[in-house]
Amino acid sequence: MAVSGVIMLLYLVGHLLGNLKVFFGPDELNGYAAWLRTVGEPFLRHGWFVWLARVVLLASVLAHGTAAYQLSRRDRAARPQGYAHRRRQSGYATRTMRWGGVILALFVVWHLLDLTTLTVNPRAEADHPYQNLVASFSTWYGGGIYIAAMLALGLHIRHGFWSAAQTLGVNNPRRDRALKAAANLLALVLTLGFISIPVAVMTGVVR
Amino acid sequence: MNLTLRIWRQPGPDAPGALTTYQVGGISPEMSFLEMLDTLNEELILRGEEPVAFDHDCREGICGACGMVINGRAHGPERTTTCQLHMRHFSDGDTIDVEPWRAAAFPVVRDLVVDRSAFDRVIGSGGYITAPTGSAPEAHATPVPKETADLAFEHAECIGCGACVAACPNGSAMLFTAAKVVHLNLLPQGAPERGSRVRGMVAAMDAEGFGGCTNTGECATACPKGIPLSGISVLNREYLRSLR
Repeated sequence: MAVSGVIMLLYLVGHLLGNLKVFFGPDELNGYAAWLRTVGEPFLRHGWFVWLARVVLLASVLAHGTAAYQLSRRDRAARPQGYAHRRRQSGYATRTMRWGGVILALFVVWHLLDLTTLTVNPRAEADHPYQNLVASFSTWYGGGIYIAAMLALGLHIRHGFWSAAQTLGVNNPRRDRALKAAANLLALVLTLGFISIPVAVMTGVVR
Repeated sequence: MNLTLRIWRQPGPDAPGALTTYQVGGISPEMSFLEMLDTLNEELILRGEEPVAFDHDCREGICGACGMVINGRAHGPERTTTCQLHMRHFSDGDTIDVEPWRAAAFPVVRDLVVDRSAFDRVIGSGGYITAPTGSAPEAHATPVPKETADLAFEHAECIGCGACVAACPNGSAMLFTAAKVVHLNLLPQGAPERGSRVRGMVAAMDAEGFGGCTNTGECATACPKGIPLSGISVLNREYLRSLR
């Protein structure tokens, strides 16, 4: 869970930095997207870097999901009979990790159909990510789904980052507060960063 | 104080159980939760009914024998053991739910008594130092840095009551195992066996059917001895180190 989560988190940081080029015009973003396919040339063939990233990410998603499923099954089995007196446990982010994760997995499918395969994109013009992105976020559902998913992402990272530090044995009593603060900061920066894009499209800042 | 109690009654390990309602009066705020149950049991015995079975021993918060889930919280609303929980934390007329620890690894023996020998088997898989016993060694023979000694002591405070397992939404025993591993692995006496200890105890913990850790932190919140949640991180670090 921790290793695959950290891989996806690192990807998200890069993904956000790339996406923010949307604020500098269509040429910047489209140029960046075209450049991504040339990374590693001539050692890698054109487009191989992108496919390499996709393979690593797909493996991470599958590993993350499988581990979550196995862990959940094990945890259910460890308490066959629950308490009659139920009470709300832990924080909201911690409690929603499982369903939040399912929501994020569904969003990834939607996101790929929308901006990679362009199946559900209203414009669907290949090699024009900027125009496709603006078209998607101009619809109420395109922007809405994205914003809701990014809020879920922020909650997932808030617990997930710190939890990964626990699992990997990085935490100790002195670092605990700093790691929690780092998790919150990372969650906040990623969520606000990603959400700024549909908001900019919906308010007409990016068109 | 007059109280309404809803207590889990179960005549035996395989018998079906249910929450049963009792009224108990004449409870003073100075009484401990166990003394309140003693009062109820006296009445039940006088009425010719079976008293409520519960574990207890020292009644001073140091042995780890007592423990029950009170209103959904292991050891009740205060961070202490059930024997040291006083009735002043409740109000006259309250309805209090009392249930046993719930975990597949802690089967109910009777009423509020659960079998915690799974913990003994985890300890038996490495929670000790293999050394010749005899008279206590001279205290300064093996120097231990103050910081290390403090951290080891903090984890050595675990009394094995099982509140961590009871409180964990996953029924995980990570905090218990962490307390024992951190305590022994930090000290020079425990260092030679640190790898086999952590591997053995984690394997035993898994074999007993405890759940996996999702770092919810409920264990450390419930722990009457304040074992820190970061101990689980040290356990994981020791485990990863043992695989190298």
